[in-house]
Amino acid sequence: MVLALMLLWQTVMMAQDRFPRPEFESGYEYPEHQLPLQRAVWLEYVDVAVLIAALSVAAWLALKKRSRNGLVWLAVFSLAYFGFYREGCICSVGSVQNVALALFNGNYTIPLTALLFFIIPLVFALLFGRVFCAGVCPLGAIQELTGFSPVKLPRAVESVMAAIPFIYLALTVLFAATGSQFIICRYDPFVGIFRLDAPFTMIVFGILLLLAGIFINRPYCRYLCPYGVLLNLFSRFSWRHLSITPAECTECRLCEDSCPYDVILPPEKAEYAGDTTGSRKRFLIYLVLIPLFTAAGSVIFFNLAPALSKVNPDVKLAMEIREEVETGTEATSLAAVAFKESGSTEEELFTREMDVIKKFRKASPWAGAFLGLALGIGLVSLTIRSSRTGYSPHRGKCYSCGKCFRYCPVQVKKDKI
Amino acid sequence: MKNEKNIYQSRRDFVRKAGRVLVVAPLVAVPLALAKKTTASGYVWQIDPFKCTQCGQCKTHCVKTPSAVKCVHAYVMCGYCDLCGGYLRQGVKTISTGAENQLCPTGAIVRRFVEEPYFEYTIDEDLCDGCGKCVKGCKDFGNGSLYLQINQSLCDNCNECSIARSCPAQAISRVPADMQYIPKEREEGHS
Repeated sequence: MVLALMLLWQTVMMAQDRFPRPEFESGYEYPEHQLPLQRAVWLEYVDVAVLIAALSVAAWLALKKRSRNGLVWLAVFSLAYFGFYREGCICSVGSVQNVALALFNGNYTIPLTALLFFIIPLVFALLFGRVFCAGVCPLGAIQELTGFSPVKLPRAVESVMAAIPFIYLALTVLFAATGSQFIICRYDPFVGIFRLDAPFTMIVFGILLLLAGIFINRPYCRYLCPYGVLLNLFSRFSWRHLSITPAECTECRLCEDSCPYDVILPPEKAEYAGDTTGSRKRFLIYLVLIPLFTAAGSVIFFNLAPALSKVNPDVKLAMEIREEVETGTEATSLAAVAFKESGSTEEELFTREMDVIKKFRKASPWAGAFLGLALGIGLVSLTIRSSRTGYSPHRGKCYSCGKCFRYCPVQVKKDKI
Repeated sequence: MKNEKNIYQSRRDFVRKAGRVLVVAPLVAVPLALAKKTTASGYVWQIDPFKCTQCGQCKTHCVKTPSAVKCVHAYVMCGYCDLCGGYLRQGVKTISTGAENQLCPTGAIVRRFVEEPYFEYTIDEDLCDGCGKCVKGCKDFGNGSLYLQINQSLCDNCNECSIARSCPAQAISRVPADMQYIPKEREEGHS
């Protein structure tokens, strides 16, 4: 490798040493070129510490203190720190891609901070629910602070839209694992706002989402966020979770419509359920359908692999070069020009292309299987009756924002909390 | 009836416990799997000047305006020519510092007389927008002493560099944080 570099350097030097180095007589000294360095690494560990502190405060505010105001102020802090100060990078949502790339790609080693940013919010979700979403994630915070008048969407629309994050996650991991692209970062709507500087389309997308978010609160979290899928899953099995009422629910129904995300579950009693044969039958049918969906998903994605692989720059370039070879149309894209200048051969490019497509062939069935499995489990969960007394938030979908607190009339004496 | 409810409850408990184990497993497995593939110091993005083709996208595709990519001058490689391919437009009638003669669209290259017949060229980084026109000129007509580098103090160090994504020569890659620049003249000291 070093030898190759030396050789390359030699050829470059030979080609470019057109003018000899001048021999100055006036005592001229070569100026020193300043090469300023990146922000110090230890500051990234400060970010990790701030993340842990903010998550702890969020958990305390949501579960123990039960203070919506506190969570709002925490969101303001997180927006200022992780958003405007850290300019949206590093973020847990994007760290999914680093983890995927490191897991499936031989020559990438993941920065420890990225790994910590991926793991820590999940650990907190497993302990206290999605407190990360409540007031730590800068993307969530900016939407939390701009969601003024919530409008409820029809259940059908809501459940169809809720499928998008799953697809987004599957594609994200697929593209990151094959070393093609980081699509979360590419289509991050708010990072442009955090940096007060971005391409036009990014700003437009971000502003539109925020405007929509005034009425449909947290549109990114609900209908796009791929990390939310993981948090949702972990939060379902959380050890503790925010509760609407500080004590016993009196089923007064006051909180019923208080949730902007419509994730408050009404009480369900076994005796209201009536005849259960229907739901049992459906349960069994859907259970059988799970492997079917999984298989179908993987078959569909296996066949989609060549199409999906086109996001990889090598594959895109190879297609263009092949067209030039086969039809004679000259490849004029910047990539093609650079390729011709680089001196590497078409065979090399085509083998690289085949490698990438092979990777996609191997990885995309898993993405499809994941989507099929998620759909199957989602359907099964529709048929499961639960016996709940009192109103409680849906553990997976609740962002622990605490908007429901003030709707609960139940009071507890201070010393009992 | 009471008995039946208990069965439901235990079934539910079982699902909950099994689920918890299922989600904890990857949470433990992922760091273990990545234990050997983790670095404490991280990465920065940098341009390999030997791969760069000066396509001009560094100027337009950086998330920062103006771009964090700046022209850097490897003085030891420079020929200090009067007729500089990086400073002057092709086919100029007179060799002078007149704006109409300069190749740099922002006038970021400062030309200074050193001694007969040599001239020193310095980059004013505040004006440079990383378009790479001078780099191309210097590569085509001179020694190739001008080259593009990402100025790390300006770079936001995005998770995925938006220039790297569109770089046609795939010249931008992650480099270890303890080696933040790829200087063109580095080998010069050795030889």
